[in-house]
Amino acid sequence: MNPQTPDMLVQVKGLKKYFPLTQGILIQRAVGYVHAVDDISFDIYRGETLGLVGESGCGKTTAGRTILGLYPATDGEIMIAGLNVRTASGDQIRHLRQKARMIFQDPYSSLNPRWTVSSIVSEPLRVHRLLVNEEQRIARVRELLELVGLSGRYLNRFPHEFSGGQRQRIGIARALASNPEFIVCDEPISALDVSIQAQIVNLLEDLQQRFGLTYLFIAHDLAMVRYLCSRVAVMYLGGMVELAGGDDLYENPLHPYTQALLSAVPVPDPEQDRKRERTILSGEVPSPVDPPSGCRFHTRCPIAKEHCTQLVPEWREVRPRHWVACHEVAG
Amino acid sequence: MGRLLEVTDLQVCFNTPEGVVHAVNGISYYLDEGETLAIVGESGCGKSVSVMSILGLIPTPPGEILSGQAHFHEQDLLQLSERELERIRGAEIAMIFQDPMTSLNPVLTIGLQITESLMLHLHMDAEQADQHAAELLELTGFSQAAKRLGDYPHQFSGGMRQRAMIAMALGCSPSLLIADEPTTALDVTIQAQIVELALKLRDQLGMAIIWITHDLGVVARMADRVLVMYAGFIMEEASVFDLYKDPRHPYSLMLLSSLPRVDQRRSGKLRPIPGSPPSMLTESKGCPFAPRCSYVIETCRVTNPPLQEVAPGRRVACWVDVGKGE
Repeated sequence: MNPQTPDMLVQVKGLKKYFPLTQGILIQRAVGYVHAVDDISFDIYRGETLGLVGESGCGKTTAGRTILGLYPATDGEIMIAGLNVRTASGDQIRHLRQKARMIFQDPYSSLNPRWTVSSIVSEPLRVHRLLVNEEQRIARVRELLELVGLSGRYLNRFPHEFSGGQRQRIGIARALASNPEFIVCDEPISALDVSIQAQIVNLLEDLQQRFGLTYLFIAHDLAMVRYLCSRVAVMYLGGMVELAGGDDLYENPLHPYTQALLSAVPVPDPEQDRKRERTILSGEVPSPVDPPSGCRFHTRCPIAKEHCTQLVPEWREVRPRHWVACHEVAG
Repeated sequence: MGRLLEVTDLQVCFNTPEGVVHAVNGISYYLDEGETLAIVGESGCGKSVSVMSILGLIPTPPGEILSGQAHFHEQDLLQLSERELERIRGAEIAMIFQDPMTSLNPVLTIGLQITESLMLHLHMDAEQADQHAAELLELTGFSQAAKRLGDYPHQFSGGMRQRAMIAMALGCSPSLLIADEPTTALDVTIQAQIVELALKLRDQLGMAIIWITHDLGVVARMADRVLVMYAGFIMEEASVFDLYKDPRHPYSLMLLSSLPRVDQRRSGKLRPIPGSPPSMLTESKGCPFAPRCSYVIETCRVTNPPLQEVAPGRRVACWVDVGKGE
């Protein structure tokens, strides 16, 4: 391995995902496209946690799902552990489904209410025929439940018997069942109570250390992302605006959107919070159906110049490992 | 400043098929004119019910107000008839809610919904009401406000709907604005807009605010005084600066220290509160937080501590004082 380029588990180049807007009942024709993810490129190193943040509708969830191949990409290249997600063959896809997994936001709708905990957690084992023997399977489920801090006695219970935090643990156990290397965590804590969030984040971290997992952590809680993630990427309206090491991004945000986003986060300390300088963005996020020309952020940007409305800013590394897409950032 | 609202010994339960949910268990709180009070707690802790019940805004049945008084301008809100309450709601006391989509009527224009209360409470005619409605929308940050009156809620984004709700709430110059998780469904940059707007309007119009939330960051930004609730009880009451600097209830302390900070580098692991909030179906004998508390002593499991004044303006319900003690 070259020391200059650490081991990359996931490589994304020029990824695009457009959803067609259709009209007509029998003959549906596309009358426009939602530019949910529009030309983003980044890598995820083995063993790290990459945070993906942005406001609702910025395309972060779509990006996560498209990377796993759950949505077919419109354009671009996705490599996970050397496998090309877009051109993978049947066997390769099955392998990918074992090695790259997902944890969902809503612990209520992501577990089948009519299945027992045992069937939910063992589903990946059955689908991928990893453990054919029933007894072994149950032993493995028990082990997985204990790994995520639940008692092995819960095997035959149903999801409704658990609290939100416990359900999220069940979802994590299911994701771990097939010994994955890469997990996309899609807002795994935002539906949970404040006092439970830290429990789940600590669990994710323990599991990462134990099994050498790589996470893509999609979230809008910027404080938790700073705590958990080694690097952080910021999305706005389908595009990536900045990507840097966690503390670097939070201490020296370069893109005006990142600056505004970070300054908007309230700090749980009244003396500090009331001293903080805030950039209040005016207006609202424009529609991804017809995104603004040039830089997508120019309609709300406090420092936008004439050329920002025309030219799409280049995605460039302005400092070592600090990427930004903005005309006004020097370097 | 004068006292605006004084609630004493409020007890509310819900009779459900699973049993009696003890939502609010005999709490007392007050609010001064022009003051911003935050009620903070996790889902199901009774923070909304403790305010909505005094305005007659919980369905009865299944809800039942077992005891309590709520004095607002010399009258006990809990003794008023529905008609008398209607005269106060939307006029002297205005409300905004978490989900602006479900609290706006989708088939009526924004203009109609704002002018309704103006014509009802202030007896304006249609033309005056329209003009005032446009002023209100302008006040809450809409450009070309007069044109917006003909729009329907679905034409607005989440943040715009919440600002329209605020415009509607301000229509009759209320002395009290009750905001129930108004920014929870919104993105952080829009949340900052709404909080900023509420603070500006509070200062301009001199109204008091009760802000119900689970977000300790928003509380730090805007509150004067805070009630921390857990399982239908007030655990701690303090000025916002005292609470964050020196939390004196273990729940406040543990909650605050479980939060990561956006403005600080990581130092060690998060310290979560173990366990999960209790079921409200069973009345616990001791302190409801005892099973999760790191400072628990034997007494806690047997007797529920009363909310007692420990310093001027500071009340804590705990047998152990975890404060730094200055």
